[in-house]
Amino acid sequence: MLSSPQHEATQPKTAGQVPVLAPGHNMRSITDKISDIVLKPKGGIGWVIGFAITFALTMQLLFSIGWLLLRGIGVWGNNQPASWAFDIINFVWWIGIGHAGTLISAILLLLRQQWRTSINRMAEAITLFAVANAGLYPLLHTGRPWLDYWLFPYPNTMGLWPQFRSPLVWDVFAISTYLTISLLFWYMGLLPDLATLRDRATGKIKRMAYGIFSLGWRNSARHWKTYEQAYFLLAALSTPLVISVHTIVSFDFAVSVIPGWHTTVFPPYFVAGALYAGFAMVLMVAIPVRKIFNIEDFITMRHIRNMSIIMLVSGLVVAYGYLTEGFAAWYSANPFEIDTVLLLRFVTGPYRVLAWLLIACNVVIPQLLWSSRVRSNTVLIWLISGVISVGMWLERFVIIVMSLTNDFLPSSWAMYAPTVTDIAMYTGTIGFFLFLLLLFIRFVPMISAFEMRELLHKVSHSGDHHSSSNDSQHGGEVVPVPGD
Amino acid sequence: MIPLQSLDIAAVRARLQNSKGKMYWRTLEEVADSSAFEELIHNEFPRQAAPMPDAVSRRTFVKLMGASFALAGLSGCGTVGGHWRVPEKIIPYVESPEYVVPGNPLMFATAMSLGGVAIGLLAESHTGRPTKLEGNPSHPGSLGSADLFSQAAILQLYDPDRAESVNNGGRIRTWQNFETALAAQVAADGGGVRIVTEAVTSPTLVSQIEQFVAANAGAKWITWEPAGQNNALQGAALAFGQPVSTVYDFSQADIVLALDADFLSAVPANVRYTRDFMAKRRLSEESTTMNRLYVVEPMLTPTGSKADHRLALRASEVAAFGRAVGEALGVAGLSSALPAGVSTEWFNALVNDLQGAGANALVVVGDGQPPLVHAIGHAINAALGGVGTTLRYIAPLAADLPDENEAMAELVAEMQSGAASSVIILGGNPVFTTPAQLGFGDALAEVPFSAHLSVDVNETSNRCQWQLPATHFLEAWSDARAFDGSATIVQPLVEPLYGGRSAHEVMALLNGQTGQAGYDIVRAFWEENGIGDNFERGWRRAVHDGVVADSQAESVAVDFSGEWGATDSVVPDGSLEIVFRPDPTLFDGRFANSGWLQELPKPIVKLTWDNAAILSPATAERLGLANEDIVLIEIGERGVTAPVLIAPGHANESITVWLGGGRKVAGRVGEKIGFNAYHIRPSATPWFTAGTLNKVAGRHRLAQTQDHQQITHHLAQRHVIKSGTLKEFQEDPEFLHHGGHGEEGEEAASLYQDWEYNGYKWGMTIDLTSCSGCMACVAACQAENNIPVVGKTEVLRNRELHWLRVDAYYTGELDNPEVYNMPVPCMNCEKAPCEPVCPVGATVHDSEGLNNMVYNRCIGTRYCSNNCPYKVRRFNYLEHVEGDVPVLKLLRNPDVSVRTRGVMEKCTYCVQRISAARIQADKEQRTVEDADLQTACQATCPAQAITFGDLNNQNAAVTERAASPLNYVLLEELATKPRTTYLAAIRNSNDALASEMTETHG
Repeated sequence: MLSSPQHEATQPKTAGQVPVLAPGHNMRSITDKISDIVLKPKGGIGWVIGFAITFALTMQLLFSIGWLLLRGIGVWGNNQPASWAFDIINFVWWIGIGHAGTLISAILLLLRQQWRTSINRMAEAITLFAVANAGLYPLLHTGRPWLDYWLFPYPNTMGLWPQFRSPLVWDVFAISTYLTISLLFWYMGLLPDLATLRDRATGKIKRMAYGIFSLGWRNSARHWKTYEQAYFLLAALSTPLVISVHTIVSFDFAVSVIPGWHTTVFPPYFVAGALYAGFAMVLMVAIPVRKIFNIEDFITMRHIRNMSIIMLVSGLVVAYGYLTEGFAAWYSANPFEIDTVLLLRFVTGPYRVLAWLLIACNVVIPQLLWSSRVRSNTVLIWLISGVISVGMWLERFVIIVMSLTNDFLPSSWAMYAPTVTDIAMYTGTIGFFLFLLLLFIRFVPMISAFEMRELLHKVSHSGDHHSSSNDSQHGGEVVPVPGD
Repeated sequence: MIPLQSLDIAAVRARLQNSKGKMYWRTLEEVADSSAFEELIHNEFPRQAAPMPDAVSRRTFVKLMGASFALAGLSGCGTVGGHWRVPEKIIPYVESPEYVVPGNPLMFATAMSLGGVAIGLLAESHTGRPTKLEGNPSHPGSLGSADLFSQAAILQLYDPDRAESVNNGGRIRTWQNFETALAAQVAADGGGVRIVTEAVTSPTLVSQIEQFVAANAGAKWITWEPAGQNNALQGAALAFGQPVSTVYDFSQADIVLALDADFLSAVPANVRYTRDFMAKRRLSEESTTMNRLYVVEPMLTPTGSKADHRLALRASEVAAFGRAVGEALGVAGLSSALPAGVSTEWFNALVNDLQGAGANALVVVGDGQPPLVHAIGHAINAALGGVGTTLRYIAPLAADLPDENEAMAELVAEMQSGAASSVIILGGNPVFTTPAQLGFGDALAEVPFSAHLSVDVNETSNRCQWQLPATHFLEAWSDARAFDGSATIVQPLVEPLYGGRSAHEVMALLNGQTGQAGYDIVRAFWEENGIGDNFERGWRRAVHDGVVADSQAESVAVDFSGEWGATDSVVPDGSLEIVFRPDPTLFDGRFANSGWLQELPKPIVKLTWDNAAILSPATAERLGLANEDIVLIEIGERGVTAPVLIAPGHANESITVWLGGGRKVAGRVGEKIGFNAYHIRPSATPWFTAGTLNKVAGRHRLAQTQDHQQITHHLAQRHVIKSGTLKEFQEDPEFLHHGGHGEEGEEAASLYQDWEYNGYKWGMTIDLTSCSGCMACVAACQAENNIPVVGKTEVLRNRELHWLRVDAYYTGELDNPEVYNMPVPCMNCEKAPCEPVCPVGATVHDSEGLNNMVYNRCIGTRYCSNNCPYKVRRFNYLEHVEGDVPVLKLLRNPDVSVRTRGVMEKCTYCVQRISAARIQADKEQRTVEDADLQTACQATCPAQAITFGDLNNQNAAVTERAASPLNYVLLEELATKPRTTYLAAIRNSNDALASEMTETHG
């Protein structure tokens, strides 16, 4: 077995600094604790209820999709000026949520931020499931989804290619790349742990299943060498994706002529928004999970605080984006831009309450995170994360629907309202996301056990001096540890 | 929900008064800026429930029923008519008939009558199947243009709900059964026969009916036209002692006063009148003068929208106004004070203009005005000396019959007393269209023998013992007269689909001539009365041309001998006036089962699938009413409930209701839509009367294609409509481009290279000065391009599919705004924003400058529609093509793809017509000229506002118009470089009223 009990984690010396790994753990206890969640599940009834609810929502999603395919896009509320509405709002929202995972896995890995270790796998899973949900929308929102394969460049007898000037084609490449890399990254990171589960599993079926998925990982030094190389390579590949995917998604809007869409500030502001939404979602998942599965030792307050700070910073960038957007509209002296981006959006327009709600959710309320007391309160952080998720959804509504319904010719202006199917499909994707997350927690170690052991090793051998000074750049303030 | 009195009309007024520059607005709520409107928008989404059960089940039902009905019809006609379904052997052509080339349509001249007055048409026939109607250039009532009714008539032919079999008491019978029963009835009591028809101008039918009446002492002929010209005829009788019809010549009229006369869209001959009227308004370098139009009317009509000066006046006060004009112009015996609120300055300016123009001035009185006002109009025209110049009198077009209202009342009495033992109704729907107080329907049910010959199954059919399927005008031989008396031989395009018979054939039965075909009857009449020197040659020419040569009615000399009665207004001061008008798209209700016409937005108010109680903002304010409230309208003891529609420019204390809604027996489309205004229509004063209005509980959603709008403060800055006055144009033709906006003339930069056009370069101009917003172009586009109907629920969701829309913008005062109509087809931009965003290249620029739509390649991402600044693209959100109704398949234009669900569609300048013209020109080794090619909207436009052609051709009309100083580009600052451009709207304002004009071209 891999774990060796003699490596006891040492107590952190820096007074008040919350460790990235709670004291008292050794190699075996880490492995036991993480793999037992999968192999010896406890408290089945809660999980079963959660599974039942999310399964029902998944079925609701499938029913909505079936209805959509049967009847056509008309079952949604999309209309003549608002040709895109819930479909693209939810697409962008889900894509954004995925971004934290990529940032944590790739960029923080390359920057050697050790605190990422205990949350990276969960964040990557969130990425994967969010992108899966996101991908549903562009595929299903076409009028004739059975012809979606025309979006891909493939040799055909018609001699036709996609029209490469269209941002939608760029989307196809960006998202399929994103999905592929995210999947590979996540799965590769799982291999050593799958092998551990294979070795520890008792039932035959479990052993076979984990055996198949661990791809013959034998823990040899050669494996580790190849693994490290590949993992860093994938991390390097993922890094530009953090920037590129949402940049390209923002091009769907920025490339167009519609006031409220036609602005160059979108790429950076979309990327910041994606990180914002992504960290909010990771926090919304991590906070209850660490409580329920009693893994507060691994996902410590240090993680929660660090993520809160990243959230706060990206939120400020987003707020700056709003400011720039408004300023550019005003400075352009273009009546269409001024009407759509400023007057109709905030002052006279029919949806202006939603725009102000967006400001409240994304700009005002998250300022609470400046307070270290708020950053220590997981319930408050969870609530703020929820508010940010709502705010980011509203942001897409404001951009997409409010711009389309008030464009150039007032004669074409009209209101948009979602239908039952729109709402059923959206709540269905949320259910499907949680459904996948429950399966993930149940069948796969949600924390990377081998990386935690490595972390333990680093913490105990090289001392925590290095890591804490490194972390303090991010972890910032000094807070007494409760129960320390 | 909008609470009561939510619309603060005082605030609206204040906003309009305080606005700087010219403010264009579209709805009251927009200017009102009212919180209630925003609340409405938050709460009243177009529809909250999913479009699941209702729309779906209804459509499915329609499909199933359509299939079964149509099949029933097919099996029926095999035995009865034996017509187009060949029972046994089918044999291909051995020798091909001359002219018939599969794939090449043939055009045949025919004519359609509405209210008895014919408009000449050319019907396009694809291998024996009529698919589209165009105006007949040789016909005086058309000159090549058409109106929305004739554009939609083709759908009536293929209506799956048409009458399909002879029925008696609910059982299917044969024509032989009817012949036997009819012969017995006529033999038993020929004098008790009453023949009820619509207005009839067919010389053949008139002679047939007169023959019958002459042969059967006591028999009577009654005509009933609910929205006809009865008042005009009675007015002429009052003025001249004899009924005459009036023919106007707008090409001679410099000053026109329309007294409640919507001559640009409602009266017969509006197509011809529009053409002549607009020709006098078209500006170019050579022609820098315009006629001037004054309109006095209760509700804003297309004619009112073109007025240079408009006065909103209650219908009941028009008489007093007319008297005052007459007095001022020196007509003896007339005197009246001006109605309250009419400015003397306005009145004097009008009178001076009329006097100044003299014989070139024209006063037109609408059919909705009582005979007295018509008489006053005749007197004024006589005083101005216009008779012989701007108008002439001819013998009545329709048969010379007594007053319809009295005759109908007498008929009901005879039916009740038993004097009328048999009633034969040839066409029409009198049970529905007679005022309910007459009790026509109940009396009819008691008549011993009744028969109804009808194209559709309607309320009257259900009250008659015999229901006889009639032929559509495209199925039978007939004849009819145009507004000026010119006769047309109506030739059929197709054998009767359901074994119907024409009125001629039924009259022949009544006259005891069995077995006579319609062709023989019509031909025999003309042979007797003669066409030219050589009958055969003359007949062939008349049938071919669609008009009998030199058949125009001769002018009748009249002597003015009027005695004026006192103006005893039927609407006392201080009471509300209820005005009845034919529905702008359903006419008297006969088109209720036409999905095209139900969904065609009514001019200016853009209402579809409904009628409403239309009233002015001030009246709504006084009564505490908001749009979509429900009111109870009561006249005497009768009442109907109607939804409220507030229309800027409506006269105060006046309510307009449209006839034609609330059909109970019409077919799958037309039943239970709107309310039935005939229920409260009084027979004595059928056009307006006093009534009361009370709000009742509830709301009714109105599907307007241009209403769910929001507030904007910057409409004027958007330069959507550019306008000016004739004076500005005369002083400086380039005035639009001066002192304005810097963007003009600068070539906008683009990353993409310009296209080069070595061959054709198609372009379109739309003259906003000419467009009256009559909607004929939209109907034509729908007929030409196989555009489906989506239904009210989908219209409420803003998913109507019309490729061409006509936007209406108001400017000026709330009570009497100016209206600008703007047809918006696809702009076919040079730098089309839709093209680069399509991921599959389904919308592409072609070598002739068209922005084409490849339906087969479209996967429906809708990105193109988002990125279209003009929002002219339309998406098939649901499956709208009823592919399994066989008879509707016959309707489709074979040259245009039928689009499936999930596909984007849009105007492509009728690319199928361009291709046909190009192929023909190529074969003849020449290039396409203007005469070869017209788009559907252009061809039908009575105002000739739309010009289309090759911009590379210096001789093309479109090139000339595009070079006009009035030409402007919609949203020019976007640098999309549209091929469709607009000519600014110019009004010929009277300088004496200049202070009234608001500042121009904001």
